[in-house]
Amino acid sequence: MTADVRLGVVLLCHADLGLAARLARIWVDDGARVAIHVDAKVSAAPLARLKHTLKDCDRILFTRRHRCSWGRFSLVRATQDAAEELLQRFPDTTHVYLASGACLPLRPVSDLIAYLGADPDRDHIESVSTHDVGWTVGGLNEERFTLFFPFDWKRHRWLFDRFVDWQRRRGIRRKMPGGLAPHLGSQWWCLTARTLRAILTDPQRAEFDRFFRLTWIPDESYFQTLVRRHSTRIESWSLTMAKFDHMGRPYSLYDDHIEILAESRCFVARKIWPGASRLLAHFPPPDDGHPQVDPPQPARISRIINQTVRRRVLGRPGLYMQSRFPRKDAENGKTSAPYAVIQGLSDIFPEFEDWLRQHLSCDVHGHLLDPSLVEFAGRHRTGPGAISSNPQVRDRDPHGFLTSLIRITERMQVFQFSPRDNQALNWFMATDPHANMLVVTGAWKLPLLHSGMPFDDVRRVFAQLQRIELEHLDVLNSVWVRARLVQHDLGEFLMNPKGILQDFMLQIDPHSAPVTTLPAMRDLTGLDQMLRRLRNSGLRPRLTGEDLPPVELLTNERAAAE
Amino acid sequence: MSGLDVHQARVRLRRRLERQRLIARGIRRRRALRPVADRTRQIAPDDILCLVTLRNERARLPYFLNYYRALGVRHFLMVDNASTDGSADWLRGQPDVSLWWTDHSYKGSRFGMDWINWLLLRHGRGHWCLTVDPDEFLVYPHMDQRPLAALTAWLDDTGRRSFPAMLLDMYPKGPVEDAICTEGEDPFAVARWFDPANYSIQKNEYFGNLWIQGGPRTRAFFTDDPLSGPALNKIPLVKWHLRYAYASSTHMLLPRGLNLVYDEDGGEQVSGCLLHAKFLSSFTSKSAEELDRRQHYGNSQEYRAYHAGLHRGVQLWCSESREYRDWRQLEDLGLISRGNWA
Repeated sequence: MTADVRLGVVLLCHADLGLAARLARIWVDDGARVAIHVDAKVSAAPLARLKHTLKDCDRILFTRRHRCSWGRFSLVRATQDAAEELLQRFPDTTHVYLASGACLPLRPVSDLIAYLGADPDRDHIESVSTHDVGWTVGGLNEERFTLFFPFDWKRHRWLFDRFVDWQRRRGIRRKMPGGLAPHLGSQWWCLTARTLRAILTDPQRAEFDRFFRLTWIPDESYFQTLVRRHSTRIESWSLTMAKFDHMGRPYSLYDDHIEILAESRCFVARKIWPGASRLLAHFPPPDDGHPQVDPPQPARISRIINQTVRRRVLGRPGLYMQSRFPRKDAENGKTSAPYAVIQGLSDIFPEFEDWLRQHLSCDVHGHLLDPSLVEFAGRHRTGPGAISSNPQVRDRDPHGFLTSLIRITERMQVFQFSPRDNQALNWFMATDPHANMLVVTGAWKLPLLHSGMPFDDVRRVFAQLQRIELEHLDVLNSVWVRARLVQHDLGEFLMNPKGILQDFMLQIDPHSAPVTTLPAMRDLTGLDQMLRRLRNSGLRPRLTGEDLPPVELLTNERAAAE
Repeated sequence: MSGLDVHQARVRLRRRLERQRLIARGIRRRRALRPVADRTRQIAPDDILCLVTLRNERARLPYFLNYYRALGVRHFLMVDNASTDGSADWLRGQPDVSLWWTDHSYKGSRFGMDWINWLLLRHGRGHWCLTVDPDEFLVYPHMDQRPLAALTAWLDDTGRRSFPAMLLDMYPKGPVEDAICTEGEDPFAVARWFDPANYSIQKNEYFGNLWIQGGPRTRAFFTDDPLSGPALNKIPLVKWHLRYAYASSTHMLLPRGLNLVYDEDGGEQVSGCLLHAKFLSSFTSKSAEELDRRQHYGNSQEYRAYHAGLHRGVQLWCSESREYRDWRQLEDLGLISRGNWA
C-alpha cells in the first residue's frame, strides 16, 4: 500500500547557481516544493539572475542566507532555517529531502515519491555510532565530539591542528548534552516531516545547538545524532549517492558516467561537474506515469571509485613514472612480477643460457648487468620495451632499467649474474619478494682458471672479484632479505648439480622440462693448484667451499649421466 | 638551530632569490616584445590560456590551434621570434590569438622563458595556463570524454596547482625524412610510434622535480653520453600566480612545491603526456638551420647529435616500438595515470 507523499526539498547552493536553477526546476516540475538556501558569500548579481529564472515557480522559496564554510555549524544552521521555512509555508509536507545545488536526480521524482510512499514512516538517514565507524578523515572520529573546534580547517589549518594537539595534551573531553549518543553519517538525508519537526522543536534544542556549534563537521553529525532521539524507524542508508576519496573530497561525475549511473538506480547523485552537459540532459529520464520502486544498487559505481582510490593510495606495484616515484621501502611492491637471478651457473657451464632457455617457458637473458653490453636474449640492440642494450644508458638508472623490463614483458624474466657485473641492484633485489635467486658462490673462479692471463693479473682480478662477492654475501645474509634465495658454494653445488638446478627450476616454473642432461661443464683441472698458489702468494681464497670434491669424481659422474 | 636546519634555510633562501631573479628578468625583458595583435581584453575570468614561443612554424599552426581549441583552450598568447615564413601574418588573423613579435636572441632570453614568464605574470594570473611548443600536443586521462576544463576544475577541487605531462617523442616507421606531414594534417597520422618503457628517472633535490630521460633520442643519438640526453619531464599546465616562474623551459618551476607532482608513498597522482611531433620530414632541414643559429640548449649539442645521426640515415623505429592508440594505452603502459580522477 502506498500513502500520499508530499515531498519538500531543501537545496543548499554555494557556487554555480546556473546549475542550481536547472536542478531546482527538475524538482519543482515533478511536484516537489523547494526551499533554496544560497550561501551569503554569493554576490547579488548571480542571485538576482537565479531568482529571475525561477520567478514563475510558486513552489520555490528562498530562505534566510548564512555564510557557510565547510565543516562548520553554519551549514546546519542554514539547513535548520530552510527546513523550518519550508514546513511553515507548506505545512502538509510529509517528507523533506536535503540536497545540494550539485545533486542530480537520476530517476524521475515520482519514483522517489513512490519509494517513500511504500513505507511512509521511515526516515532515510545514514546514522552510524561513532564507536563503529572508521571512515573519518584526518584521524578525527570520536574526537569530533569531545574536543572544541573553534577554527576553520580550510582557512586556519595551522591553528586548527595546534589547537587539537593542545587539547589532546591537556586531556580535554567535552561531555555530550543529556541523553545523546554520537552518530555520524552522510550529510544528505530524507526525513519525515514528523521527525524533522520533532528535531527542530526539541525543548533542548538551544542546548544541543550550543554543543554542536563547536564540534567538527556538524553537518555529518547533527541530524544523524538527533534522529536517534526522535525516530524509531531509521533506514541507515542515504538515498543520495555520494562517494568520497581518501581525503574526504566528493567525487565529480561526468558525461562518461551516464551508463553506470543509470545502472546504479540511485535516486540522487552528487556531485555533478557543471560542464557535464550530456549528463545533465540525460537525467532524470521523463516520467512515464509508472513509478518504479526498486531500491538503489550502487555496487558497481562504488567498485569503480574504490579502484581509483586504491590506485591513488597504493598505485601499481613496480611502476616508477612521472607521477609515481616511491621512496625506498615505500614502494608497495618493488617490482611488478616475479623474476629470477642466477649467479655463477654461466661460469660453470659456458652454454648454460641456451640450455636453460630450452627448459623454461621464460625469457632467459645473459648477463643483463654486464659492464660491456646488456646481454638481452638473442643479443638484440634494443631489448623489450625498446630498452637500449647500451650499458651506459642502463647504468643511468639501473632500478628503472630492471623494473621497466619486468613490467613491460609478459613472461618471467631470468638473467645471469656474477661479481663482474654492475652491483648497484644488490640490495634492491635481495629485499624484493619477487626475486628468485640461485647463487653459487666462487663459480667466477673457473673462467679465471682458463683465462691464460699472467699470474699477477689473475691474483689482482681474483682479489677484486672475491671482495665484491663477499660484500654481496653480506647483503644476502642480512636480516632484510625478502628474496627467495637458494645459496650454495661451488663445492656443495658440484656434489649435486642436477638436484639443485631441478629444484630451483621447479620453483620458478612448475612446468619446466625435467633435467636429464647437464650442459658441458668447464674443466676443473688445475683449480686446486691455482688456489694453492694464490694462498701461497698471501691471498686467502674463500667462497669455494672446504670440500671441493676430487675432479675425477665429478667427471666420472657426468660421464655416467650422459 | 642544528646544522641541517641552517643548511635548509640557506637552500630555501637561495631558491627564493633565484625565483625573484627569474621574475625580475621576465619583467625587464618585456620590452623585447612588440605587440602585433593584442586581444587580451577578450580573456574571461576562468578561461584556460595557452602560451607558445615559435619560429617558422607556419605549416604546423592550423592543426595546433584547432587541437587545443577542441580541448577547450580559450585564448592563445604567442611570441613570434622573427619568423620569415608568414607565421605572424597568419596568426594575426586568428580571432583567439594575441601575438607579440621579437627579434631578440632566443638563447639570450633563456630559450624564450623570459618572454613567457612575463606574459604569464601579466595575463596568466588566476588562470590555468598551458605552456607548450608548437610541436607538443597534450594528452590526459579521460580526454576523449572530458574537456580540459573538467580536468582543471578537478585539480582546483583537490587543491592542486600544477599538472605534469612528460614529453613522449613520436616517430614514423621508416626514415624520418620520408615522413611528410602537410599543413592542417594530424602529425600523428604519420609519426605514430613511441618507446614504451625505456625511461630513466632521477630526483632533483634542489628543485624537487623528477628528471626523466630516455626514449628514442637517447637510444639513437646519445648512447655514448646518456647524461646529456634531453630532459623529458615537463609541467606545462599551472594555475598561475604572480609569485611563480618557470626556471628551465617548462621542466621545472619555482616555488619548489609546484614540481612535487608525484607521489612518494607508493600512490599515483594524476599525469598526462605531451606527444612530441618533432620527427617529421621538416626536422632534417630544421636541425640544419638550428645548428647554424646555435640558439639551443647546451650549444645545440642536441641538434648536432641529430644532424649527425640523421645524416647517417638513422631510423628511430624498432621492433619494440608501440603504435599510438589512445590515452588508455599510455595509462596501461604506466606512462600516464588518472590518479584518483575517477
